Amino acid sequence: MDDYIKITRNGLWNNNQALVALLGLCPLLAVTNNIVNAIALGAATTFVLVCSNVTVSIFRKQISKEVRIPIFVLLISSFVTIVELLMQSFFYDLYLILGIFVPLIVTNCAILGRAEAFASKNSWDKSAIDGLMMGVGFSVVLVILGAMREAIGNGTLFDQSSLLFGSVGESLSITLFENYQGTLLAVLPPGAFIGLGLIVALKNLIDVRTADASSLVSHNENVAANSVGSP
Amino acid sequence: MIQRPIINAGILLVVFTSVSIFFVSFTQDQTKDQIRYNEEQLLIKRLGELVDGYDNKILDDKFSKNINIHGVDQEVNIYPAKSNNKTFAYLVEHTYPNGYNGNIRLLTGVGTDNTLLGVRVITHKETPGLGDKIDTRKSSWIEQFAGLSLSNPLPSQWKVKSDGGAFDSFTGATITPRAIVTASYQVLEYFSQHEIE
Repeated sequence: MDDYIKITRNGLWNNNQALVALLGLCPLLAVTNNIVNAIALGAATTFVLVCSNVTVSIFRKQISKEVRIPIFVLLISSFVTIVELLMQSFFYDLYLILGIFVPLIVTNCAILGRAEAFASKNSWDKSAIDGLMMGVGFSVVLVILGAMREAIGNGTLFDQSSLLFGSVGESLSITLFENYQGTLLAVLPPGAFIGLGLIVALKNLIDVRTADASSLVSHNENVAANSVGSP
Repeated sequence: MIQRPIINAGILLVVFTSVSIFFVSFTQDQTKDQIRYNEEQLLIKRLGELVDGYDNKILDDKFSKNINIHGVDQEVNIYPAKSNNKTFAYLVEHTYPNGYNGNIRLLTGVGTDNTLLGVRVITHKETPGLGDKIDTRKSSWIEQFAGLSLSNPLPSQWKVKSDGGAFDSFTGATITPRAIVTASYQVLEYFSQHEIE
């Protein structure tokens, strides 16, 4: 059980693929113009990660060391193609917007990275959790960045949700500022870099604070222990 | 003598490739009808924004033609809209090469009386927030072309306002609206000077 908690914590925070490993930046920066795109690409990436992790770990004893990379790439690209076809048949409008970035999930190093670093050494259930958590961690960053850029760039949130959730989605769309002219910088690629930089900085700040706090606690405990020990 | 591990690795690759191909082609087979249907629906929706009242199967009547328009040779797709077997409008898919960021793919509807039914952007790479107002999702600017012709406004007025013409341009983006105005004018010009079928 401890293992699962550790895997979850790694995926969501300690080894977050977007914030710590800084992998998969190409789709991360390109499609995070708004929340809907971010959710869609995050979900597709997570699905591929879980599938590839599970498959790789099931066959990890059969896959010989020499040909493991071509086989991983083969598996990942097959899953991506399947996702692309499914998206084209069920979410066609969304597929038109995401366009080239769906097939480009293949090039997201995070997926190959998890296959190599985790799934090829661990059981299928742990690999599944790892894939899921790494995917969710990545998606959360996508969505936060998408929300920041959409709010600052367009003054809306969940715009065009109907592409993802059908008619239910139309009521989700929020206009934050009426008659907002938009801030071009946030929509263009530099806005994505600046936004990602701010999120990484925030994460590091939180890490430093919690590290300080815990060392302070252990320091106080030592002091207390010493003072009790000494007369 | 080939070493044993190499043969094993080869067999492994063949097995994985075959299984992957099976799953991908199975998915493709299952989804292809739906994907085709989606593509056709999108096209019908786009055509329907520009023309209504046709009673022919407009997708089946489509034909392609090699023409020289916008200064380049290109193959354009033309959809004739007919009523009682008489064509009353053509919808033409064409590419205008001089957008701010290259090609703009357009769908332009022209009536047989040489008036514009309207113009829609299919794909473009114009700057988000500036040039992309030609997209109906961002603004209604492009809807003003419906009903215009070579005499309305006069040919000398088929320009954006900053060039002395009749069309508004966007703040911070002149090249993109200029491209659409020019492209529309050239289509009208082409249709008035050539037999289409």
